[in-house]
Amino acid sequence: MARIIVVTSGKGGVGKTTTSAAIAMGLAKKGHKTAVIDFDVGLRNLDLIMGCERRVVYDFINVINGEASLNQALIKDKNCNLLYILAASQTRDKDALSQEGVGKVLDDLSKDFKYIICDSPAGIERGAHLAMYFADDAFVVTNPEVSSVRDSDRMLGILSSKSRRAEQNKEPIKEYLLLTRYSPERVKLGEMLSVEDVQEILSLHLLGVVPESKSVLNASNSGIPVILDEKSDAGQAYADIVARYLGENKPHRFIDDKKGFFGKLFGGK
Amino acid sequence: MSLLDYFKTSKTSSASLAKERLQILVAHERVSNNQPMYLPQLQKELLDVIQKYVHVDKDAISVKFEQDGNQETLELNIMLPDDTTKRF
Repeated sequence: MARIIVVTSGKGGVGKTTTSAAIAMGLAKKGHKTAVIDFDVGLRNLDLIMGCERRVVYDFINVINGEASLNQALIKDKNCNLLYILAASQTRDKDALSQEGVGKVLDDLSKDFKYIICDSPAGIERGAHLAMYFADDAFVVTNPEVSSVRDSDRMLGILSSKSRRAEQNKEPIKEYLLLTRYSPERVKLGEMLSVEDVQEILSLHLLGVVPESKSVLNASNSGIPVILDEKSDAGQAYADIVARYLGENKPHRFIDDKKGFFGKLFGGK
Repeated sequence: MSLLDYFKTSKTSSASLAKERLQILVAHERVSNNQPMYLPQLQKELLDVIQKYVHVDKDAISVKFEQDGNQETLELNIMLPDDTTKRF
C-alpha cells in the first residue's frame, strides 16, 4: 500500500509544484518507488519543472478514460529510476476528472508504489478537491504572507471535513506545514511573518522552512527539481524536509538570519 | 540592545500588524466555516414563526452554533421589543 501525499495550499504561486517535484525526487532518491501526479488539468506544469515535457504522450485523463494504460502514461524520470511522473491533460476540460476515475488510478498505483505525490492545483475547485480527497498526508505549502496564510487555513478546514478519511470517520489526514519563500532578514526587520507567527496562527506541525532562493528559478529554468542542486539552500531545505518526513531527526535550518560583519557590528545581541 | 534596535522597535512592525489581522480573521472564518449548512435556513424559518406572534426585527434573532470538543451547542437568542404595545 502506498502512502498518498497531497501538496496543497489554496493560494497559487506559493511553490506547490516546486515542492511536489522536490519531495517526489527526494523520496525516490532515498530508495522509495514514487509517483508524482499533476492534478492541474488544463494548466499542467509539473512536466516542465521535472524536465519531461517533451516525453508526455499519454496523460492522467487518458488513463482515467481507458485510452491508455498506466504503464503507457507513466514517465520514468531521467535522473532517478524509482521516480515516475503522471502528467495532467493540457487540452481536456477539468470536469474530465472523476472521483471514481481518480480513485481507481490511485488504487492501481498503490499496488506498485511506496509514495504517491498529488500536486494540487490552486483554488478549492474540483482538481484541488480530488487531489486531497484520497490523501493520507497533506503538505500545506504556505508563504509568510497574509493571503497565503488565510488560504492555508481555509484548506485545513477542507482537509479535515471533505476528505475520504473524514467522510469515512477514519484517522484524519496528517497535516504538515511547509513554509516557503522565507526570508530571515526581512523577518528580523519586522517586515515578514516569522515561522512562529505562522505556526501560531495555523497550529500545524512544521516540516520545514524553505528560504527564498535564486536556485528555485534556476532549477525550473533547467527542468531539474531543486533538491538535486545539493549545494543550494533551497535544495538542502527540501532534503531536510524529506528526511524529517521519513522520521529522521534534523534540526531546522534557514530560519535565522546569518549576519554578516556589518550586521554583527550594528545588530548587537 | 544596540542603538539600531532602538530605532527599529520604535514603531509597530508591519509583520506584527499582519499577525494581528490574521489572528482575528482566521478565528472568525473558522467559526463560520464550521457551522452546519442548515443554519441560515433555520434562522429564517424561526424568524418567520416568531414574527407570527411578536413584532420583531430581522436582527432581533440570533442563532449561534458552537463546537467545544465533542459537544455541540445551538444557542438561540430572541430580543423582544421593549415597547409592549408592539406585542399582540
